Amino acid sequence: MNYNWNWGVFFQQTPDGDGAYWEWILAGFYWTLAVSGVAWIIAMVVGAAVGTVRTTDKLWMVRLGNAWVEIFRNIPLLVQMFLWYFVIPEFIPPLKNWMISTEPIYAQYLAAVLCLGLFTSARIAEQVRAGIQSLSRGQRNAGMAVGLTQPQVYRYVLLPMAFRIIIPPLTSETMNLIKNSSIALTIGLAELTFRSREIGEYTFNFFEAFTAATVIYIVVAMTANRVMAYVERRVAVPGYIGGK
Amino acid sequence: MNLDFSVVLNSLPYLWKGMQYTLQLTATSAVGGLFFGTLLALARLSSNKVLSNVAAGYVNLMRSIPLVLVIFWFFFLVPLIAQGVTGAERPLQIGAERTAMITFILFEAAYFCEIMRAGIQSIPRGQVYSAYALGLTYSQSMRLVILPQAFRNMIPVLLTQTIILFQDTSLVYVISATDFVGAASKIAQRDSRLVEMYLFVAAVYFVLCYTLSYMVKRMQKKIAVIR
Repeated sequence: MNYNWNWGVFFQQTPDGDGAYWEWILAGFYWTLAVSGVAWIIAMVVGAAVGTVRTTDKLWMVRLGNAWVEIFRNIPLLVQMFLWYFVIPEFIPPLKNWMISTEPIYAQYLAAVLCLGLFTSARIAEQVRAGIQSLSRGQRNAGMAVGLTQPQVYRYVLLPMAFRIIIPPLTSETMNLIKNSSIALTIGLAELTFRSREIGEYTFNFFEAFTAATVIYIVVAMTANRVMAYVERRVAVPGYIGGK
Repeated sequence: MNLDFSVVLNSLPYLWKGMQYTLQLTATSAVGGLFFGTLLALARLSSNKVLSNVAAGYVNLMRSIPLVLVIFWFFFLVPLIAQGVTGAERPLQIGAERTAMITFILFEAAYFCEIMRAGIQSIPRGQVYSAYALGLTYSQSMRLVILPQAFRNMIPVLLTQTIILFQDTSLVYVISATDFVGAASKIAQRDSRLVEMYLFVAAVYFVLCYTLSYMVKRMQKKIAVIR
């Protein structure tokens, strides 16, 4: 193997002349977090709502929720990314005009956030549904018996329990979301993986560039893991395995 | 806007070639990934600390970085390694299609490893003891007693993972391999028919994956009755 090692590559000047390559990595990481963060909020809100309605007794809402999950689960994320960026704006003229007139990065950002947020919402909806259904029937009945309405039963009895139970799968969904944000590079969004490949192409130091991205992803995964483990310990229900 | 799906009709033979590659890649990676994944699972469960730590490190590394980055890694590394092995003068280019196959086998091995580990751990310990009591060696008891049961318990999960793999193979797009999505996007860009092409691709994937996962769900119910 003849490979020219150069770990100092990150301190070299970039061809566009405003900084060193490590700043590209940092900028890429910023976009990875910006996409993942907002998409996570969308995914949690929509996922909780869709997952909840799938456990109600309104048949049409259950069906709608099921359809939501099946649509997002059975199309590859890459294809969904193309749909949000190339296809859907064609059917909404004002959106298309905005996407053409604005900076490309904002159009890419909007498509990526919607795509990842809704894709992940389907997966979270599945976890929320499973969490609610794992609760014993007595909890719902007891809530009804003390005179709560159905929304109140969900708000005060079922959801607080269900969310505690599904923290571990939510952790892995969160990490999947951060990893999946790299697929936004296919529509040109300059996130972390995009930037590391770009540095490789400019300097031929692929090894160093990919290593930097890999290390950052590992650190993020470990951090997310720790944070969620902390949350899990804080909100554990006494009397359950893992509770205090 | 006016939709014209004749572009899809005209390019069906080319799209079918892309789909054949997608299916071939899925099948190879599923079989290869399951094989190496099972070996990894055995290594992870081994009492040899070095072996189990190396296997665990590999699996955790693969699972904590994005598939796109893994594809880039291998697309860069495989030619260099091939050069090192064969002693050639320049990095050996083996093409995006074959690189993708190696990548997916090694990447999926990490995911299949976790499934097989769960499968092996779901077998009661008494099975191992009775196999040893009958005088079977480690490899015999694994091959003849434990693994067949672990496979059978895990079939639905393995099939679900294969459906996810089928969707994930679309990511070879990033190294310009001509899979189903790759073929479609090449035609779409040539004819400026992105809307029709990507709608068609989405529909094909949806019908295939929905049908397959429905079948897995039905099979799961059938298998579950046995116990």
